[in-house]
Amino acid sequence: MTNLMDRPNSPESDQPRAREPISTGSEWTFELIQKYDDEIAKCAAEFGLDTYPNQIEVISAEQMMDAYSSVGMPVGYHHWSFGKQFLSTSKGYQRGQMGLAYEIVINSNPCIAYLMEENTLPMQALVIAHASYGHNSFFKGNYLFRTWTDASAIIDYLVFARHYVAECEERYGVDAVEEILDSCHALMNYGVDRYKRPAPISASEEMRRQKEREEYQQRRINDLWRTIPKLDEDDDPVRRRKRYPEEPQENILYFIEKNAPLLETWQREIIRIVRKLGQYFYPQRQTQVMNEGWATFWHYTLLHRMYDKGLVTDGFMLEFLQSHSAVVYQPPFNSPWYSGINPYTLGFSIFTDLRRICENPTDEDREWFPDIAGSDWLETLHFAMKNFKDESFIQQFLSPKVMRDLKLFAIQNDDQEDVYRVTAIHDDPGYRDLREKLARQYNLSYREPNIQVWNVDVRGDRSLTLRHIPVDRVPLGKETDEVLRHVHRLWGFDVHLESVNDGTVVEDHHCPPREIEED
Amino acid sequence: MGMTHIVDRRLNGKNKSAVNRERFLRRYRHHIKRAVSDAVQKRSITDIERGEKVSIPSRDIEEPIFHHGQGGKREVVHPGNQEFVAGDTIPKPEGGGGQGSGQGQASPDGEGMDEFAFQITQEEFLDFLFDDLELPNLARKKLKDTEAFKYIRSGFSTEGVPAKLDVVRSLRGAHARRLGLGGARKKKIRDLEKQLEALKTAPEDLDPAFSHEDQIQVLEEEIARLKANVRRIPFIDEIDLRYRQHVKKPQPATSAVMFCLMDVSGSMTQMHKDIAKRFFILLYLFLKKNYKKIEVVFIRHHTSAKEVDEEEFFYSRETGGTIVSSALKLMHKIIESRYSPAEWNIYAAQASDGDNWNDDSPVCGKILADNILPLVQYFAYVEITPQDHQMLWYEYEKIQEQFPQSFALQQIADPGEIYPVFRQLFERKAA
Repeated sequence: MTNLMDRPNSPESDQPRAREPISTGSEWTFELIQKYDDEIAKCAAEFGLDTYPNQIEVISAEQMMDAYSSVGMPVGYHHWSFGKQFLSTSKGYQRGQMGLAYEIVINSNPCIAYLMEENTLPMQALVIAHASYGHNSFFKGNYLFRTWTDASAIIDYLVFARHYVAECEERYGVDAVEEILDSCHALMNYGVDRYKRPAPISASEEMRRQKEREEYQQRRINDLWRTIPKLDEDDDPVRRRKRYPEEPQENILYFIEKNAPLLETWQREIIRIVRKLGQYFYPQRQTQVMNEGWATFWHYTLLHRMYDKGLVTDGFMLEFLQSHSAVVYQPPFNSPWYSGINPYTLGFSIFTDLRRICENPTDEDREWFPDIAGSDWLETLHFAMKNFKDESFIQQFLSPKVMRDLKLFAIQNDDQEDVYRVTAIHDDPGYRDLREKLARQYNLSYREPNIQVWNVDVRGDRSLTLRHIPVDRVPLGKETDEVLRHVHRLWGFDVHLESVNDGTVVEDHHCPPREIEED
Repeated sequence: MGMTHIVDRRLNGKNKSAVNRERFLRRYRHHIKRAVSDAVQKRSITDIERGEKVSIPSRDIEEPIFHHGQGGKREVVHPGNQEFVAGDTIPKPEGGGGQGSGQGQASPDGEGMDEFAFQITQEEFLDFLFDDLELPNLARKKLKDTEAFKYIRSGFSTEGVPAKLDVVRSLRGAHARRLGLGGARKKKIRDLEKQLEALKTAPEDLDPAFSHEDQIQVLEEEIARLKANVRRIPFIDEIDLRYRQHVKKPQPATSAVMFCLMDVSGSMTQMHKDIAKRFFILLYLFLKKNYKKIEVVFIRHHTSAKEVDEEEFFYSRETGGTIVSSALKLMHKIIESRYSPAEWNIYAAQASDGDNWNDDSPVCGKILADNILPLVQYFAYVEITPQDHQMLWYEYEKIQEQFPQSFALQQIADPGEIYPVFRQLFERKAA
């Protein structure tokens, strides 16, 4: 457990003050929560944390399970998958396997954070510091969130989506809507243009435009298919070989929404809704280490600041630190509890070390981080929080010290070899390599297969071809054919998926499946 | 700052996920139904009334997404290095596909991860158990059966017996009437009294032709006349009276009686009785879902019939021959004395191994057709035997042709068939 004396320096004097704690018991009341929040807010202001206004909601364990099951959306459309999530959450909770979410926070303005009524007062304070000031300032400051989401519009948009889906269920039946949603969910991670700047979500705009789209969209699609010249009219071999789309499209859902020949308008609208939700979650998928690291760094720093001011007791700190240590515990690779790198640990370690590099740089730090060593730590941390995502953050800020502390090492598993190879460890020759490998691990296109829309056979059978570009020969997983079935449902005609490595098709999937030739 | 808004949401209701949960159950109803019917067969009879754990193969509820499979070349960074240095090699385990991609999950509790298990409630259990089943003739009974009545309040009437006088409402009516009739006159009286007052205090001689004296006299007379009028308005009048009105409303019978008839002669083994018992229990639970109040009558018979309690019904053994008609006669007698069909929905289930004295079978058919079937909602006969049918079955088949709506018969050879047979008997018929 972390030593109480080993606390970060406070920006003001180091003189211990007379202890006048806000409270001494561990029971919380609404008044106490208000008081703690006031004090945490003051500390956060001292450190220049810029946040959306906060809304803190006290809820019961059952309500926390509800919140959990709706994947962090405070309002959601109905779908069986959320019910499945709920069943497994409540099962886990009832068996005591799962410490329930101790915090859920919504990227919205105001920023909504949930406190569970069962928590003790120190836990409530920890969650407030972590979620309402840590995550909140991250949502407001990080460039991915600023680019991809509009915190002030998300709740309204979710309400719009819920109503729209419910209306469709009423008109077209629960089953028909469920089918479309199932298929869209299968492709939710492929509903984002990574390199294009999207329009932020806005509910009122969506509602206004929805009507317009209804009228024009169908016509546009009809045009696309009608203006295709007939085969015999167009014998130019160059034009005949031209693909549609001319450039591969990574946003598969968008492509289907705009081009699938048979979809009804409401089905296109539902694709759009899932696409927009995918967009909303897109920044979270790429900033887990940073976001949790930042929030953990700040609950740690803010509550220590409270301690320095004499606002909390030793007992409070002991309970808080116990929870904190549990959160940042990283089991080693050979532990039965190991399930990959703990993002809280990694992020917290990097931010903490970044502060150290600013305040107490060593020669090694000066060599590795010449621009940062000795700089203003608050400014540097804010810069790091605002302008990076996990991949680039690790690439930029993972220090040799953190690699040593966590004893990181890289293992290569090549299916063409009989052995695993240790390719880099936490030593001088290994640092750079190790850092690069870890950063790549957080690159979305390394984590998820790179699959794009390659071609539509507009003159022939209207089939859709997707192309997968494998990295290091890693093939597609077992569920690929299942996903393809969903693509087929949306597209309405045959769907093909080819893995192409250096111009050769190394793997292919088809829906409906190609019949195996009889011998 | 002070921008924080703290809200107590705990009273907001916790069932936000109820619809999603229901959607999940709906989607997997076939799996759940199968699990429920398996459970019915495995469970002991007494604990049929509780929820059930349902397992669905994980692959059936997967939400597929594109992901990487095994193979290729992959590098993963791990924490907690102890003795490795760069360049070390570690042999792969024999026949192993190498390390996973992080997709596989270890089971936290030893339960196979290829099963998604969850709990359904008792109510859901029964819903799935009896899904698509219905009690035959339930609707018909409700419409036809107008012999049971209940008086219910239906507003007020101006006629009635004194016992039903509603005092409050009558007085309220009287008050309203008095206001209606007297109000204008009382206002007039007040106005005149004001004029009178003004006249009395005013100086003399404004109009010698119509002296103050005269004017006062006219006013006083008018006031007196009006007051007498008002006084004549009666405090309560016959038209004020209101009586509570009740109407006779036909009452669909909400009680049911279930007759369990069982052969306990020497040929019925404990296994036979066990099957019969499970069948009876299913029927009981099913009736319970439809009726508020259920009584159960147990009739056992060998050569003679007897009404007994549940314990004796299922567990005592008899020897000797079989005369089925004795039980039917007793059932008819009990209906006549205790369960008027006007008030009771009558169901019967008869279980037997099919054994009967041949001479008796036609008698059974006649009692059923003439005495019992006209009175009951449904009579189900289950024959628990793997063997060929005997006389009784063929007699009952004739009855079924005659009464297709209210009589059914089925054969059960082993416990696994109880539930399917039960379903067949109560399957919702296409309208």
